[in-house]
Amino acid sequence: MKYLIALLLGFLAGVVIVAALLIYNPTAGTTRLSPLSVSSQSLLQLSYSGVTERSIAHTNNGESAAKPYPAKILQLWEAPVRKTDVKVANLLDARGRPVGFGIKYMSDSEASNLLQGKAIVDSAWHVVLPGRGSFFIEQSENYWGYLRNVVLPAHWSSADSWKGNWTGNTTAGPGALGIARVTGGSGEFIGRTADAVEMISARAYSTRIGPVSLEGNLMIELHSEDTLVADEQGE
Amino acid sequence: MFKTFLFGLVLGVIAAFAAVYFVPVVDQARENSVITVLPNGGNAESYHINIPMDRVAVGAAEQPVPLPPGIEWPDDFATSSAELYKVRNIHDAVIGVASRVVIDNGDSGNAIEWVMHFPARGSLYVSMRTQVEAGQQRSGAILSGTREFSRLSGEVTEAYVPLEGDDELRRGRIELVSSYRSIVGEES
Repeated sequence: MKYLIALLLGFLAGVVIVAALLIYNPTAGTTRLSPLSVSSQSLLQLSYSGVTERSIAHTNNGESAAKPYPAKILQLWEAPVRKTDVKVANLLDARGRPVGFGIKYMSDSEASNLLQGKAIVDSAWHVVLPGRGSFFIEQSENYWGYLRNVVLPAHWSSADSWKGNWTGNTTAGPGALGIARVTGGSGEFIGRTADAVEMISARAYSTRIGPVSLEGNLMIELHSEDTLVADEQGE
Repeated sequence: MFKTFLFGLVLGVIAAFAAVYFVPVVDQARENSVITVLPNGGNAESYHINIPMDRVAVGAAEQPVPLPPGIEWPDDFATSSAELYKVRNIHDAVIGVASRVVIDNGDSGNAIEWVMHFPARGSLYVSMRTQVEAGQQRSGAILSGTREFSRLSGEVTEAYVPLEGDDELRRGRIELVSSYRSIVGEES
């Protein structure tokens, strides 16, 4: 019997060691510096609140920490959309003035890999700046740093919450250096391509209601030379 | 006994690594794609949205009945609007979500755009022409696609079809037909 207990204790210790290695994996760090911070091109900066109650609308399967908002919004409970969040957010410029709205789609990605520190979310932004135009941002995001530094400590805390100051660059692709791809749709952005990076700053998180203080920032590098992306717009 | 503990430890490490390596962290549910081959080349796929059943949210100024109750559309964007829907395939199974946005671009005129997001496949960004064509349908071009759609271009048509019957959840449907062709050859 004592040998069986020793075997089980050893097995448990092995599992704990692997879990600790995965969580504290030094090679899976968070990028804090945006690849666009050294750009010589002009940057369009848009910010939004990551708190669901400060969005225009937010929906998911209803079982996530981030609750749907408004409360009676139709939830995404069907299997193919069950691992997806959709957020309609107010977008503010660098001075904090409302300049438009964005619809963000976020789906858990099958490219996620715990061994490599990848908690990948396939996301897309449909950004609308009334009076100026619209564009689309394609990106894959890595939330490993956010999970490791914000969500896990909140679960470990006896208060079921986390407070602090964490900033990280979530964009991990599809472009080289972890840059998102932007396609212009209408107005002044029509026919243009650009690069973008999304960063989030967390200050408080609760395991019961999700992000309590979270701000997202989109930095879009506007290329000075227009690039035609679709020759079939019928224009 | 210490050797047994060490044996268990090694076993635990191997089992944990094997589990992390072989068990997928995320496994998205998929419906079979129903694709038609077009006679002039390319493929076509049909989607639809049941109205009002699949309407997730309507962001617009001065709605008589806000959907969902409690939504507040910013006054600053009163001349633009956004609608969120669930999207179904021809077997009436939900396969994704979509947004339809009408944008007031001031002097540049209005624009109508769709983004269709299929979690297991990718997203499509479509710019519609503002003029309605014959048969009360509107067409537009695919401007961009992600993942499965990243190497495709093509057209999308939208049409609203009222449905007869007493089903209050299906008073009509928005029919979307995408026709795709590969852009791989065009790039080279």
